[in-house]
Amino acid sequence: MSFKAKSLIERLDWQMIIFYIVLVLIGVLCIYSVEHRSTDTSFFMMKNNYMKQLIFFGISLVLALVIVLMDSKIFTSIPFLGYVIGFVLLLLALTPLGKGVRGSHSFLNLGFFTFQPGELMKLFTALSIAKFLSLQNTNFATLRHRVICACFAIIPALIIILQNETGLALVYFSFFLAMYREGLPNIVLVIGFSILGLTLATLLIPKNYLFIILSVLAVLVLYSERKQLKRNKELLFVVASIWFVGVLFSQVLVPVAFKHVLKGYQVQRIYTMIGQDVPQEYTREGIDSKKQNASEYNVSQSKIAIASGGFFGKGFLNGTQTQYNWVPEQRTDFIFCTIGEQFGFVGSTVLILIFTFLLLRIVTIAERQRSQFSRIYAYCVAGILFFHLAINIGMTIGLAPVIGIPLPLISYGGTSLLIFTALIFILIRLDADRQMVLR
Amino acid sequence: MADFTQNRSIFIKILFVSIPLIMLIRLLFLQVFDIGGYKQAALGQAIYMKKVYAPRGIIYDRKNKVMMNNSIVYDLVIEPKKINADFDTAFLCKLINVTIEDFRIQLKKVIIKNGWQKPSSIYKNLTPVAVARLQENLFDFSGIDLVEHAERNYTYGCGGTIFGYINEVSEDQLATEKYAAYQKGDYIGINGLENYYENILKGKAGVQYLLRDVKQRIQGPYKDGTLDSAATPGNSLQLYIDADLQKLTEQMLANKLGSAIAIDPKTGGILAFASGPSFDPTLLTGSNKGGNLMKMLNDATKPLFIRAIQAKYPPGSTFKPLTALVALDEGVITPSFGYPCGGGYYACGRRIGCTHSGGGHARNLALAIANSCNSYFCHVFRLAIDSKKYGNVHVGLERWHQYMNDFGLGRQTGIDIPHENPGNIPDSNYFNRIYNNNWNSCNMSIIGMGQGEVELTPLQMANAMCIIANRGSYFIPHFVKSINGDSNHVALNKFKEPKVVARIADSSFEYVIAGMQAVIDQGTGKIAKIPDVAVCGKTGTAQNERMINGKKIKLQNHSMFVAFAPRENPKIAVAVCIENAGYGATWAGPIASLMMEQYLKDTISAKRQGLAKKMKDAKIIPNYTYILDSLDKQMAREKEARKHMSKDSLNRINASRDSLQRKNDSIRGAYLFNKVYGIKIN
Repeated sequence: MSFKAKSLIERLDWQMIIFYIVLVLIGVLCIYSVEHRSTDTSFFMMKNNYMKQLIFFGISLVLALVIVLMDSKIFTSIPFLGYVIGFVLLLLALTPLGKGVRGSHSFLNLGFFTFQPGELMKLFTALSIAKFLSLQNTNFATLRHRVICACFAIIPALIIILQNETGLALVYFSFFLAMYREGLPNIVLVIGFSILGLTLATLLIPKNYLFIILSVLAVLVLYSERKQLKRNKELLFVVASIWFVGVLFSQVLVPVAFKHVLKGYQVQRIYTMIGQDVPQEYTREGIDSKKQNASEYNVSQSKIAIASGGFFGKGFLNGTQTQYNWVPEQRTDFIFCTIGEQFGFVGSTVLILIFTFLLLRIVTIAERQRSQFSRIYAYCVAGILFFHLAINIGMTIGLAPVIGIPLPLISYGGTSLLIFTALIFILIRLDADRQMVLR
Repeated sequence: MADFTQNRSIFIKILFVSIPLIMLIRLLFLQVFDIGGYKQAALGQAIYMKKVYAPRGIIYDRKNKVMMNNSIVYDLVIEPKKINADFDTAFLCKLINVTIEDFRIQLKKVIIKNGWQKPSSIYKNLTPVAVARLQENLFDFSGIDLVEHAERNYTYGCGGTIFGYINEVSEDQLATEKYAAYQKGDYIGINGLENYYENILKGKAGVQYLLRDVKQRIQGPYKDGTLDSAATPGNSLQLYIDADLQKLTEQMLANKLGSAIAIDPKTGGILAFASGPSFDPTLLTGSNKGGNLMKMLNDATKPLFIRAIQAKYPPGSTFKPLTALVALDEGVITPSFGYPCGGGYYACGRRIGCTHSGGGHARNLALAIANSCNSYFCHVFRLAIDSKKYGNVHVGLERWHQYMNDFGLGRQTGIDIPHENPGNIPDSNYFNRIYNNNWNSCNMSIIGMGQGEVELTPLQMANAMCIIANRGSYFIPHFVKSINGDSNHVALNKFKEPKVVARIADSSFEYVIAGMQAVIDQGTGKIAKIPDVAVCGKTGTAQNERMINGKKIKLQNHSMFVAFAPRENPKIAVAVCIENAGYGATWAGPIASLMMEQYLKDTISAKRQGLAKKMKDAKIIPNYTYILDSLDKQMAREKEARKHMSKDSLNRINASRDSLQRKNDSIRGAYLFNKVYGIKIN
């Protein structure tokens, strides 16, 4: 076969590699533009974060090379072992061995290096889900295997929530994208979206009105299906139970969750996103108004910076808002502001398009795999990237709540860059052997 | 393995395209259409428009000595709402060298004054050391800032009433059209030259666009300063004022109510201009300016009242040369006209006293001026307005009124500082009202000797001297010689054209001038003699009275003196008025003479140093000044109270009226005391 005759270099998907390198370099330049001062004498100032990011880029390239040179079969053999190791590390972070940073307790100090096991766990979870679903005796059509598969994602997410890193935990829900591709029934999505819609409605509509609306909806459904109802008495039961669950959810579950489960700042962020003030009943003691306004301040500063870029932007290194710390966390979570301010609508569009093409490219790659493992893994990577992209850019322009997750490959941060590098290059390596059936 | 769900990749692709599309639409609204006004918000944050204050124009005296310049001072501005628990009060107090207690008190004061929100200056005019220390550590504090502004320096320590002062423009002023172009924090001239030449002195502020970070720290210029504009300093003024003469004059007016003005008759340029009691102009600068101003405003001696242009007095005998000039010009007398004065003027039935009797002291015009004969000038004044030419005293008085206006009396002269009083020259309408249309020259004969309804400002008296010195013409008295070295500046045009007075014949002036020289050589003004200089002058002792509780009470006479010198080619004309000081020759004469000597000879001769010292040291402020002042204030309060009268405040006013009555009694008592024992003014 001609494909096999090709060398490894030729079999690599260079389009992906170019996307990767371009995005990382854009990221370094963004960090540089934040830290650059007109008084700086040289680009190469080691104390600056863009230099650290460059070094991490170097390390990432080495990692990428190592991954590419590895046998692709290794990726099908390590997932469960890796998952267990990752899981242990995740638990270790909760013990006194772990390190608390700003209220969260998700870091592990290895003496020379501090990292978040939760980040690493993303990789192993992706591999494990791919492995589990591609096992010959796994039948994703059965509820049992569906639940097991979901547990691969949900269990680490729960532990990470315990570590107070809700943002990172939410990323684990992106694995449902791969599961959807592999045949997760639509009803799950319907229920998922219904829950989301009901939650929003609960937040926006007064309790009593919502109760009336739900009841009226139920009666309307029953009325329109009255012929079916005569034939099938079970339908009444189904509608009634849906109505009951809906009422229970909106009247009890959401208020309890907002009052007792979610943290004060999370409630605040959710309300900030939907543009409402936190109602009296959900405000917590001990959270002063200053802190409550913090996320609101971040978003408004971020929007100011992005809007001030205008159509063409202010030009590279001319970002007055981002250069002088007007936007908090701008090296990490709010890095998109630097693009928005310096390169305007044009630059933002280009960046978003690069990401979109990257995502579409991954879908294309996924669909051309012979082995199910590689395909599922590709969708996992696409899901993670997509979730990061949507939430990160969404929060900087006020479309999503402020949950601290980085913009892939762009935001400053060594762990994040290394993990995304590994995710992407494992995909590239698997793709190089797309004609092989890996199990 | 069969793949039944491959079509789902389509939905995933749709999801991957639609979410970025939503983001792009959102960005389009944010960045291109600017929905939400976020662009405007960005302008106010990182880009900081710093106003670069333009230094106001420097003011020089006639010899190019700097009389007024600028210095940059720094105020510590505090924004109380931004002060948090991290604020290191002790450190700040150490830096600016104040005690913590004082800082707390001052902070409370500014919060009470300007509220919690507004930034307000808590310490003004910090010392250079404090400024340097604070600048280094400013970033450790939130809510405080150093704000620079220009302060004026009165380098000669004199001329407070000439220059006025500067102050921050107030909210009310900003609302007016005059100050429409000003912004909060700008300084404007209040009073004096600072006010009159505001547009010339102020310069043009520059703008510096700076970048600042989230902690308000300045990070450098915006776009490398290409948008900046430099400040243009204000134009300088050169004055006619002689700094040394001004200083001497102010020293001599210390502790006296009155004023002294010297004008160069050839140009109308004011050489010295002082009002007593003179004060240290540095009181008008610095951190305590407001308090000083308040104190001076409430002072019974009213140092801020520019008596030289705002006070009006009956001119007394200094008016007699003008009476003579009018009479000569009307042709009702000749220089040899004499009046047989026997110590009083009886022609109108009532005696008008004259200090001289017999001896032919009013044998001719020159002698009458030299001896200041009251009878002579009352008579001559009557002759002038009763002149047969006009047939009617009404017409005669109107004609006299016209003469007076030509002399620059009864109207503003147009001097280049604001708030000038026009003085008072009565016309026939006035007398019609007073005397119910039934009057004749007898009703006003004392005007001829400078008493009665005629009232002049000291500036008008000095200007009248210029007219006599110039033999019939004058220039509007003014301070400014050139603007930025340009003596033909358009703002000075109106001071350039000579005003010719009534075309009175030169010979008439010569006769009067001869009489005025005789005043100095052998008449009432011998004390004003300057060796080798032909001085022409006239003493005046102006009677004055005050209405107190509906009764006219006579107060101590004003001491007046007007003069010019030398007789030929005159270089200086002066008018001095010292309130309630007695004879003109006692106080006003010597002061005027010393001023002329200083100007003409550039020094005071050793022989007259003693006289100068006596003038400087004398304190001539009668006790009743303070009583009258409190009386005025009481009346002002009552007037104010009457404005907002209500039933229960009416009772209070009635009660205070009793106390007013008692006060009046005490004033009359003080007056009688003075009258009986005489006011010792030597």
